[in-house]
Amino acid sequence: MRVSVLQFPGSNCDHDCTYAFGSVLGCDTSLVWHGDTQLPEDTSLIIVPGGFSYGDYLRCGAIAAHSPIMAATKRFAAQGGAIVGICNGFQILTESRLLPGALLRNKELSFVCKNVTLRVDSHKSPLTANLPLRSTYTMPVAHMEGNFTADVATLDQMERDGQLVLRYVDAHGEATHHANPNGAARNIAGVSNAGGNVIGLMPHPERAIEALLGGTDGRTMLTSLVEFVRG
Amino acid sequence: MRARVIVLPRPEILDPQGRAVAHALSSLHFGGVEDVRVGRIVDLTLQDGLERGAAELQVRKMAKDLLANPIVEDFQIEWLD
Repeated sequence: MRVSVLQFPGSNCDHDCTYAFGSVLGCDTSLVWHGDTQLPEDTSLIIVPGGFSYGDYLRCGAIAAHSPIMAATKRFAAQGGAIVGICNGFQILTESRLLPGALLRNKELSFVCKNVTLRVDSHKSPLTANLPLRSTYTMPVAHMEGNFTADVATLDQMERDGQLVLRYVDAHGEATHHANPNGAARNIAGVSNAGGNVIGLMPHPERAIEALLGGTDGRTMLTSLVEFVRG
Repeated sequence: MRARVIVLPRPEILDPQGRAVAHALSSLHFGGVEDVRVGRIVDLTLQDGLERGAAELQVRKMAKDLLANPIVEDFQIEWLD
């Protein structure tokens, strides 16, 4: 399988993702420039990596969402292709309307950079399809705009349909106020689209793939993702 | 012809920046402020010769497609000349 990692001006987790999928997980991995209009033909997974695409000008992800490669990415999504957006990649996917909702400035107005614990609340995404429900994973967040929001009707619909895939939880696996690093509605850390093939999350699994980096929970998640996409 | 697009967070959306500014105003002893919303202004200078009606449609579409995110923001358009 080929993993295509999109690369925008200002992406800064593109090489981390290439390392995680290529060197650690052994997938054929390509960097795909934002100005390209086509994905590599054998692409079976798209990663929209973190960073500060276009300097976060206007709104995070707003300009990247209109770049040429996103048209190809939307076609890939419409055909059921697996897409994972991480951090700024999540923001790009909401700005592209590939995912519902929006990511606002963190409630406390500060950049949050720390380890968080996530709970899998739904199988409805390629990242969580093979992970046990209510299992938890610890990995870093590093963002200023991770405060997920949508109107109440949309949140209720997403909850009913299993699109609230990952939540911030405490050491006991409970989605408490204290465990929420950014004020996200309902402690939401990751959501999927109606089709369950596109997911965005704020935390960085690619930064938790080796004990040397402080943990391997991200590797467990990404391994499960790759196995699911391989089928 | 110049257009000004004013983008503000929608009323039901919590605006952490507005809240922080309100807090700062109150610590500077400015009383009487009930609410603060922080948004952005985008000024557009349009090419000469554009017909006004077409320009209005065009700027509205720019605001909807890029300048504002209708999920969390409202916009209004003012014509500066």
